[in-house]
Amino acid sequence: MNARLALEDRIRRVYQSDVAFSFRQSPVAIGAAVVALILIAVALLAPWIAPHDPFDTRTFSLVDAELPPFWIAGGDPRFPLGTDTQGRDLLSLILHGTRISLAVGFFSLVFAMAVGVTVGLVSGYAGGATDAFLMRIADVQLSFPAILIALLIDGLARALIPDGLRENLAIYVLIFAIGISKWVQFARTTRGSTLVEKNKEYVQAARIIGRSPFVIMVRHILPNALGPLLVIATIDLALAILTEATLSFLGVGLPPTSPSLGTLIRIGNDYLFSGLWWITIFPGTTLVLLVLSVNLLGDWLRDALNPKLR
Amino acid sequence: MDTRDHQPLLKVEALTVEFPTRHGTLTAVDGISFHIDAGEVLGIVGESGAGKSLTGAAVIGLLDPPGRIAGGRVFLEGQRIDNLAYESMRRIRGAKIGMVFQDPLTSLNPLYTIGQQLVETIRTHTSLGPAAARKRAIELLHEVGIAAPAQRIDDYPHRFSGGMRQRVVIALALCANPRLVIADEPTTALDVSIQAQIIGVLKRMCRDHGAAIMLITHDMGVIAETADRVAVIYAGRIIEIGPVAGIIGNPRHPYTSGLMHCIPRIGDARERLAQIDGAMPRLTEQLPGCSFHPRCPRALACCRTEQVGLIAAGQSRVACWLYAPNGNG
Amino acid sequence: MIAFICRRLIQAAIVMLTVGLVAFSLFRYVGDPVQMMVSEEDSTATRERLRESLGLNDPAVVQFGRFAWNAAQGDFGSSYRNRRPVSELIAGRLPATLELVLCSGLFALLLGIPMGVYTGLHRKTALAHIFQTVSLVGISMPTFLTGILLILTFSVTFNVLPSFGRGDIVDLGWWTTGLLTASGLKALILPSITLGLFQMTLIMRLVRSEMLEVMRTDYIKFARARGLSNRAIHFGHALKNTLVPVITVTGMQLGSLIAFAIITETVFQWPGMGLLFIQAVGNVDIPVMGAYLMIVALFFVIINLLVDLLYYAVDPRLRIDKAVAGGHTT
Repeated sequence: MNARLALEDRIRRVYQSDVAFSFRQSPVAIGAAVVALILIAVALLAPWIAPHDPFDTRTFSLVDAELPPFWIAGGDPRFPLGTDTQGRDLLSLILHGTRISLAVGFFSLVFAMAVGVTVGLVSGYAGGATDAFLMRIADVQLSFPAILIALLIDGLARALIPDGLRENLAIYVLIFAIGISKWVQFARTTRGSTLVEKNKEYVQAARIIGRSPFVIMVRHILPNALGPLLVIATIDLALAILTEATLSFLGVGLPPTSPSLGTLIRIGNDYLFSGLWWITIFPGTTLVLLVLSVNLLGDWLRDALNPKLR
Repeated sequence: MDTRDHQPLLKVEALTVEFPTRHGTLTAVDGISFHIDAGEVLGIVGESGAGKSLTGAAVIGLLDPPGRIAGGRVFLEGQRIDNLAYESMRRIRGAKIGMVFQDPLTSLNPLYTIGQQLVETIRTHTSLGPAAARKRAIELLHEVGIAAPAQRIDDYPHRFSGGMRQRVVIALALCANPRLVIADEPTTALDVSIQAQIIGVLKRMCRDHGAAIMLITHDMGVIAETADRVAVIYAGRIIEIGPVAGIIGNPRHPYTSGLMHCIPRIGDARERLAQIDGAMPRLTEQLPGCSFHPRCPRALACCRTEQVGLIAAGQSRVACWLYAPNGNG
Repeated sequence: MIAFICRRLIQAAIVMLTVGLVAFSLFRYVGDPVQMMVSEEDSTATRERLRESLGLNDPAVVQFGRFAWNAAQGDFGSSYRNRRPVSELIAGRLPATLELVLCSGLFALLLGIPMGVYTGLHRKTALAHIFQTVSLVGISMPTFLTGILLILTFSVTFNVLPSFGRGDIVDLGWWTTGLLTASGLKALILPSITLGLFQMTLIMRLVRSEMLEVMRTDYIKFARARGLSNRAIHFGHALKNTLVPVITVTGMQLGSLIAFAIITETVFQWPGMGLLFIQAVGNVDIPVMGAYLMIVALFFVIINLLVDLLYYAVDPRLRIDKAVAGGHTT
């Protein structure tokens, strides 16, 4: 009974907090959240709600290839947004593509955070030579833009993985490549917070009691570092999605057999001048909507969490 | 008879400052009235959050939004200034009213030399050319006690210590010869050992340049040393105002006497520090009647329900029912 | 000051060495160089001779040393694809990329800074909201999509600007430029906007947020209390303080531009280093990939060093005559 009351109280406090208030006041934030939620729902449910299965080669054929959207002459209502050059339904492709784009963006971010936060905590807490060494690596990597690092790792992987496995492993390679290119910012921010918290009395007290360093880092220091981390995460999620799309567009990302939104745009780009504009425009619009809503939410979150702007 | 002789330099009538928030409108300054004569030092003293800084900001027209003046009038040399357009008020700032802020470490732009900042201000308000302005800047630096001013004028702010920087700030506030200087906690951020020096510099400069001072502080010691008259602010209202000797030596309002009692004196036989129990009401908890009554050891029944204006008591005026003419005290 | 420069130089050297190591590993361990260079009929003996002549049997350290020595002199071997010396290939493509990067950078700065200042100072006006919307869309659009849309609009639909190539270029000996011809300039427009748009919005948002921060400082409040004019406050005090941190970020963005040029060059078939690199990745042409990495690393290192020096020159707080740890004090 007590636990339930405590939970209700917590929910009420969150609802009445300044952050939630700012959200309710901002039509832009609400709109962005709605769009984002729709896209996320779509992405999660894609295998079930897509009208066709673009991965099952039995369900499409070249006969249906290159059909325009149904409201244009020559279109077919079975394929509302048209078909691609292989006869696959564009709507289904987009649904699955969104799913893949979101998945890669999200998991690469999770990966980057896992690596970055761990390195940051260890580096800040241990100090000394470990800290210096880890931060040197971070500095060197920071001299390069993330996209180049992602490209490099991707290229390396392609060279090292035998041909047959390349397509199947593409998604994991991408998650790894993009994640590795982004861990540094998380590490630095976490390290900064760790250094600040490390010298506070409650940490000294925990040490004296004999708490293990691991527990101290996770239970005490980490919660304090979450604020700035959250801000970076929202920016980076949008960038991760864009990076994946870019790599796929360049041909070194997801293959056409399991295309992300970027891959679709690339396929469409080759046929742009022949007039097959829908293969580029619809995935492109979806991509922009996705990134835009993430950016808007991130902007709103940053402003809401920033006490100076209230 | 020239009535201008009897006209105060600054006259504030029923000034009210409000903050519209999502919890409702908060009244931070509630109908404050006072005046400052030419050349005198008025101390405005009170706890943190009592509304004294906001009063200063309102007078010079620099209230941070969403705060705004919701009522009352402010007169400078007989001219109303609280409802002026931004550009007109801007011409008054610096030239007629100067301001000194609390933190010398952040008051100066780190990317410009103090000479550049001084010359810029001087040239904004006078018609001096660059060479003449620079000369005047060096003189000012010398006046506030900066050694080797001709060399130091080209230094950046970070090369000065806190006390030195506050001297530069005072010079900047006075370089256009304003008639009134608002000093908002000018020594709070400084070492105790330097506080007395800086107050001395401030007082001397204003006296030499003929400027009155509105000295805002929570430090009674500074008031005792520097002010001619004092206004004690509590919860956005003036509760006692009068000559400094009277306020300190013979405080009338229970709050003021409580404050005086809290200050430990050398030679005291006390073993424990005295304090006033309770805390000042927050902006969201405005009470009917006197805002001090929950903590007042001499509260009467009427204190709970009816607000009281300033009542004459000797040379001071007190906002307390104890001094009402029907004689309750 | 000297200590500061030394630290930076050492860091630069470490970066170059690391990148060199990575590039060398690429060369040595990814794929077989000999395999790439011989044809089917060549006998084992020929391959062995080739291997020996390339020095592939020497210990790794020696090979790395040789690689580093050659790289320092600009010799990166020959492309697997077309047997030409890599340095020649890159040198031929360098001007195209650099011109593109320069124009995009200028575009980003010349539009981004004023827009950022305007939206920082006039937060509520309609124009500010338009700028804000543009900036939001700008950072939500991937570079390649911007390029495609621009091509669709200006090349396909209106047919006013070219969609590929550099136009007519003028050969100045060691440099080829498109800036001196009308068609060259026209060809630069769409790619520059494409490459610069993302950066422009980044700069605009950064300037805006810095401006807002600065306007809330005590020294601005004090400047107001001294009766300084709005012009003096906004453009004298606030702007200068805003631009100082913007410099570092902008400098790093320049490096970013060189990397993102890869995308733009792909979309517009712009004959620059980026396109060369992407083709090399597709063909697993290791020497080109490695050389590209080294050149880009060199650019980054130089740019970072210049930015640090610039920061030093602009912020008087850093000019203290004792060792400054790391060099960044914000």
